Amino acid sequence: METPAKIELQHVHFAYEDHEVLHDINLRIPPNQIFVLFGPAGSGKSTLLRLLNRLTDFSPEETHLQGKVLLDGQDIFAPDVDVTRLRQRAGMVFAKPVPLPLSIRDNITYGLTLGGRRDRSTLDETVERSLHAAALWDEVKDRLDDPGMALSGGQQQRLCLARTLALQPEVVLLDEPTSGLDPISTLQVEEALFQLRESVTFIVVPHSVQQAARVADRAAFLLMGELVEEGPADVLFTRPKDKRTEDYVTGRFG
Amino acid sequence: MHLTPRATQRIVFGALTAAMVLVIIPLIFVIGYIVVQGAGAISWEFLSGMPRNGMREGGILPAIVGTLFLTLGTAIFSVPIGIGGGIYLAEYAADTPLTRAIRLSIINLAGVPSVVYGLFGLGLFVLFLQFGTSILAGSLTLGILTLPVIISTSEEAIRSVPQSFRVVNAAVGGTKWQGIRRIVLPQALPGIITGVILGLERAAGETAPILFTVAAFFLPRLPHSIFDQTMALPYHLFVISTQVPSMPVQIQYGTALVLIVFVLSMNLTATLIRRHYRRRRQW
Amino acid sequence: MTTASASKEPSRAVVNWREFAVEQIVRLLGLSAIALVALIFAFLLKEGAATLQEVPLSNLAGTRWYPTFGYFGLVPLVMGSLLVTVGAVLISVPLGVGVAIYLGEIAPEPLRDVLKPTIEVIAGIPSVVLGFIGVLAFSPLIRQYLGAPTGLTAITGSVLLAYMALPTIISIAEDAMDAVPKSYRDAAYALGATEWQTIWRVVLPSARSGILIAIMLGVGRAIGETMTVMMVTGNAARIPTSLDAFLRPARTMTATIAAEMGEVAQGSTHYHVLFMVGITLFVLTFLINAFAAVALFRSERRGGGRLLS
Repeated sequence: METPAKIELQHVHFAYEDHEVLHDINLRIPPNQIFVLFGPAGSGKSTLLRLLNRLTDFSPEETHLQGKVLLDGQDIFAPDVDVTRLRQRAGMVFAKPVPLPLSIRDNITYGLTLGGRRDRSTLDETVERSLHAAALWDEVKDRLDDPGMALSGGQQQRLCLARTLALQPEVVLLDEPTSGLDPISTLQVEEALFQLRESVTFIVVPHSVQQAARVADRAAFLLMGELVEEGPADVLFTRPKDKRTEDYVTGRFG
Repeated sequence: MHLTPRATQRIVFGALTAAMVLVIIPLIFVIGYIVVQGAGAISWEFLSGMPRNGMREGGILPAIVGTLFLTLGTAIFSVPIGIGGGIYLAEYAADTPLTRAIRLSIINLAGVPSVVYGLFGLGLFVLFLQFGTSILAGSLTLGILTLPVIISTSEEAIRSVPQSFRVVNAAVGGTKWQGIRRIVLPQALPGIITGVILGLERAAGETAPILFTVAAFFLPRLPHSIFDQTMALPYHLFVISTQVPSMPVQIQYGTALVLIVFVLSMNLTATLIRRHYRRRRQW
Repeated sequence: MTTASASKEPSRAVVNWREFAVEQIVRLLGLSAIALVALIFAFLLKEGAATLQEVPLSNLAGTRWYPTFGYFGLVPLVMGSLLVTVGAVLISVPLGVGVAIYLGEIAPEPLRDVLKPTIEVIAGIPSVVLGFIGVLAFSPLIRQYLGAPTGLTAITGSVLLAYMALPTIISIAEDAMDAVPKSYRDAAYALGATEWQTIWRVVLPSARSGILIAIMLGVGRAIGETMTVMMVTGNAARIPTSLDAFLRPARTMTATIAAEMGEVAQGSTHYHVLFMVGITLFVLTFLINAFAAVALFRSERRGGGRLLS
């Protein structure tokens, strides 16, 4: 029997005003692995990612959604859904690292204290655990009270990952998390993902096909708002079924 | 005669530079002149004494205290309403006809002549609500006059905080208000404080709105309650420079000096706060 | 759903209620701006409307303002205000736009950083202080050099008003020019235009709506200014008939209210008429500002990009 999907999209159509960005997407994302969404610019992958924890609600334009997005079988767009709780369960790391204008420590505990947690020892534990998980602890353990913005770009991005992990999310959405980073920082972030994939479902929009092939357990190829092909990474990147996927992964367009 | 574009440019730029100088020189002159003429009048007795002999001798303490009270009273009314209105416009208001009506009202409030505020304060606070000619009525009148400045500068300060902070707040499960209170407002605070000070600076220097709502011509004692009249620096300067015959010029300049020091130190504080935080800001 | 920590969190109902309450409170505070404009108008009407029963329109439209003898002609006051304002605009607009160009296009960066806050200081000088200096130091110059019979004239008021309106005009005009896209300038430079040709033929025309707004707001300020005008214009209610009027005393609407309201019995006809003058001022500045505001909204058109990127 098939494992139940962590996230499932059923016939999803999504549009900004009258411009359709996603067309009839059907997708099952299994739990606890790294799932990669890739495709050329404008294929709708970032929008799809934002849909999964409803950051699309923030769009200044009018949006239209058809179909269902399910997390553990529950419709996340149902009227009785607690959106803040949903966003804690499905955290997000953005392309450009955005440390809050707070200290390193307070950046990480921010999400927890929003929920009213004040207990110092739990918070300290969380800070250490999250920074370890994001492979940042050794670099910042002596200056947790420095402003988060004082860190380098690569450190900032791992800080943002740690901030997301602090909430112990079941799903983490990463939108080109290494696009602004040097190769060494990029490997550090990727390494952090590998360490955690036993317990977290990662959905990654990579910044290159190479990165997609490097990190993916499973992957999906999107083209102009349509899902072209989905499957295990070794199949998709070596023996794709669809001609368009093959052209793209071999670098013939994109 | 035909000038080359280069020559024309040199002449025009010279004229524009002259315009700049023409604007700055009177300012230096006004402030310098008041300082030079008024410095001799400043003494401990002048700052801490009651006026005597029909204001021709003694100090201006009641006017100083009155202006302090009025500025404080103005702040009490205008700061919470102004910041709240700024938060609404920056964070909550959608672009609807109602929002546009609010913005139109704010621009119009900023443009209502100060003497008309005086009439309004007289009609509503002094007469209709029966506060009488009082610190309360004057503070409320000045508070409304200051409101548009505080609303618009708060809105601008809040808007200048990057949208990405709000998105991150939402992404870690923060509600809208949590994000505003814990991230946006602290970041916008220097800008808001600057706006508040600039608004209060204007209120502290105003004369027309307090003419019929609070100001006393001559009242050589300190106010006891918010229902008392009081003297105030701007009105006092007006009185002694136009209404009192054979007034010693030095006392007039001394009063003007105290008033501009009061007002311009607020201005300077605002400028310094803005400069300090702009330099420290990391976004 | 992990619920291990849920007990310590405020319940959803509490959170939602707080969110709702905050939004309603700040909305109310925002709406208070509309309410205040309405309230101001209502109370001016309440105190001033009786004028129309007590004073025939022919009297109000008359050319004589002698309240003690029952003449309440508003024409000289309106004309006085217009005279002083027109003078102020003629001085402040070219000067203000010139300074804005200097600050935005010519001044080196460090100098600009000093000059901009300095100009804001002008806005901070209380009008009573400017009036005071006007009486003691400036009006003697007018008498001496312009050959006026007295130093307290319309032009004295115009010059000082112009100075007070400058910071508004400068800052809005500068914003307007700043908003002209860089590509326009680059296009002009690419054609070999000098900086001044670029400013004159490209930047200023593109910024004209903003400059118009600056002028209107400056006019609004000048018409409403009270203390300076009352102290330096001599306050003679007469109708200007020639350019010569600038060198004679004038009496504005604002000065009339400020000077006479303290003397009149509350509820008297004179009292009502002064409120009527206030209504006239309110409506006039309302129209000017509303016009400027609509122009402002049209020129703004905020574009909303998508989040982050």
